[in-house]
Amino acid sequence: MLVYIAKRILIAIPTILILIVASFFLIHFAPGGPFTSERPLPPAVLANIEARYGLDQPLWKQLWDYLVNIVLHFDFGPSFKFKDRDVNDIIAQGFPISLTYGSLAFLAATIVGVSLGVWAAIKHNTWIDYFAVTLGIAAQALPNFIMGPILILTFTLWLGLLPGGGWNGGQWEYLIMPVIALSTSYMGNIARLTRSSMLEVMNSNFIRTARAKGLPTRTVIWRHAMKPTLLPVVSYLGPVFVYVLTGSVFVDLYFSTGGLGQAYVGSALTRDYAVLLGVTILYGGLTVLVNLLTDLAYAWFDPKIRY
Amino acid sequence: MTKFTKISVAALLSSTMITSAAFAAPNVPEGTELADDQTFTYRVLDEHSSVDPQVVEDVTGSEIVRDLFEGLMNQDADGNLIPGVATGYEASEDKQTYTFTLREDAKWSNGDPVTANDFVYAWKRAVDPALASPYQWFMELMSIENAAAIIAGEMEPSELGVTAVDDYTFEVKLSAPLPYFPQMTTHATTFPAPQAVIEEHGDDWTKPENIVSNGAYVLTEHLPNERSTRERNEMYWDNENTIIEKTVALVINDENVALTRYLAGELDRTEIPAGQYPQLSEEYPDQATSFPRLCNYYYTFNVSDSGPEAFKDVNVRKALAMAVDRDIIVEKVMQGGQPPAYTFTPAAVAGFEPPALEWAGMDQAERDQMAKDLLAEAGYGPDNPLEFEMVYNTSDDHEKVAVALSQMWKSKLGVQATLANMEWKVFLEERGNQNFEMARGAWCGDYNEASTFLDLLDSDSGYNDGKYSNARVDELLAEAKTSDDTSPLYTEVEEILNEEMPVIPVYHYAGVYMLDTDLGGWPVDNVEQNWYSKDLYKIAE
Repeated sequence: MLVYIAKRILIAIPTILILIVASFFLIHFAPGGPFTSERPLPPAVLANIEARYGLDQPLWKQLWDYLVNIVLHFDFGPSFKFKDRDVNDIIAQGFPISLTYGSLAFLAATIVGVSLGVWAAIKHNTWIDYFAVTLGIAAQALPNFIMGPILILTFTLWLGLLPGGGWNGGQWEYLIMPVIALSTSYMGNIARLTRSSMLEVMNSNFIRTARAKGLPTRTVIWRHAMKPTLLPVVSYLGPVFVYVLTGSVFVDLYFSTGGLGQAYVGSALTRDYAVLLGVTILYGGLTVLVNLLTDLAYAWFDPKIRY
Repeated sequence: MTKFTKISVAALLSSTMITSAAFAAPNVPEGTELADDQTFTYRVLDEHSSVDPQVVEDVTGSEIVRDLFEGLMNQDADGNLIPGVATGYEASEDKQTYTFTLREDAKWSNGDPVTANDFVYAWKRAVDPALASPYQWFMELMSIENAAAIIAGEMEPSELGVTAVDDYTFEVKLSAPLPYFPQMTTHATTFPAPQAVIEEHGDDWTKPENIVSNGAYVLTEHLPNERSTRERNEMYWDNENTIIEKTVALVINDENVALTRYLAGELDRTEIPAGQYPQLSEEYPDQATSFPRLCNYYYTFNVSDSGPEAFKDVNVRKALAMAVDRDIIVEKVMQGGQPPAYTFTPAAVAGFEPPALEWAGMDQAERDQMAKDLLAEAGYGPDNPLEFEMVYNTSDDHEKVAVALSQMWKSKLGVQATLANMEWKVFLEERGNQNFEMARGAWCGDYNEASTFLDLLDSDSGYNDGKYSNARVDELLAEAKTSDDTSPLYTEVEEILNEEMPVIPVYHYAGVYMLDTDLGGWPVDNVEQNWYSKDLYKIAE
């Protein structure tokens, strides 16, 4: 197991390096630069700015300096757009916010989704099942960019119950709408996945045996059916966790949460190279880490899997 | 150097008035009951780039900087120049030396006096290649002695033509007379900077815990992409006339969400999304506001070698410009009270007199007929239809305008215009390299003077993406730089543009806002929309 983990971490290093190099060149090859603007800067001014940020150097040199700064100083460089802050500041400020509401949305989606799926499967072909399935599909059909405006209209304008946006250090009133908006569509997916997986498991031989032994339904479900039911769900949850963090741009956009999603998309549009690269590396690293955790979780859910 | 300007007299008058009526701020109408909570909250589209006066480059950031720092001159509600840190200035006979007299009671938020040295430091800092300010060019535009050479790295920043004659006398030497030089001192780039604080904290000096400023407010909170807060600066020289205690800028990217939050009472001011003004002004007549802005919206022909042959024919350019029904664009597409444009320079620009243009006075049917005749004269018709591509940067509003334009041309003239949109940075690059046939353009004035627009069409201008070139236009624009009476020069330039039609003016921007009824003092007549929180107030409801 430990050897397996060590191997995976070793493989992650070249993976991330390739990610950095590929992103670096892609970003630099995109037309326009950070200082392309409606008012083209006079050549002398542009030269001064490029010199300040090292953009006058050949690309390979810029890449090398960039890597050296990361490795030696853990410095991801300056932002070209937000001159009062550097990339480390931007990530340090935005990531905890994204992580907070992302994790909460992930938990909400998982707990509600799995419960709904299990409930529907147990009460297969009853009104409860139909209700849960309808709810699941409805939730899935509501992506966060639809949920956002609907929630704000309902809870802020009509009911006047919740603030329409902001973060305020993560106070609960400010968390509710972002978490709901972000979690609903995943919740729907998880519910459907759990339901179909549970139905399949409940029809398998070992469940029939358990029932034949005279075990109460509760024990059959919790002791025997739950783990195999969750196996396909877990493989879906790994990517979902990354999605809720990276896909949070709409939440940032609609709820002004100040998370990293907004900074990410903004940096792509303004060609803020260092911010874009920094966040890409963070998300890349996160994806590698979550994939590893998902693989390890398999071993716990399925005794047949051993590393 | 003998004649004092009117401004210093006005300053003297206003300062005596202030001392005699300290109980009520001069801009609040008598009998107004002020609200207990003097917090002004407004929406900004995007996070500001910086609050460093010499570094800031965006409108959002400049709005904050205007509250935090105070320059030599301010603008009043109509955009006129009024004293800021300077009580007035005098210009030498040759108009190449300006001497500003600074008030002695101006203080930084840490209690230090604001002196001429703070301006000398700031202005040298602005041109210093080491700081690499994106607004270095503004100092060059101000014609300050040696600015251009310093920016180009040929001279030291210390050689800039600015001196502190004494603590309260700031002298500027220009390389050439510039009639609108004083107006430019209301721009953020020219605001003073606290040398000791910057040297102590380096790049971190603008953080709320470090920043020291000399304006009516101090920065107390900055939560990037969420909000920034500025609060009353007790040290400000005119603090007793400042009413708003706290100004909060909320970053809300989506304008519809912003409108919802405004309607829920979270904001005092927000932009009205395109197309919603008519309905909102019916529902909230005392809140929906539209007023002219110093910005134009146009399509430029590529008349360079890489442009299509057709656009080199003035009749084609004129025909396309004539056939645009601007009333439909502003009334049916934009619907925000935008004025239709027949000249490049907005009529709202101070000292600009639009020429009397024959076609502007015609009705659209007459213009359409003229357009058909002109296009036929150029040799285009049903058997030889004119075809070209028009590009704009990706945006719903620009698309609507482009669709309307292409439809007008198609139905009236049989012209086949293909639409293409591009992401902003790609668009700028392609337009800047003349890789287009016809492209959208828009420009907002840097200062309230026609040259900020017309310079775009100077042959040597870096912004002249259509590569229009006319020797007489260049000559007139050069003359305007030093002339005392610029109005007729600009009018003549517009007349030439009207004859040659290198661009199609479509409309001039309007500021279309929801302004809460309890917000007083909003300068709707300031076309540059240079507003200061210190001039605003909240009325008791």
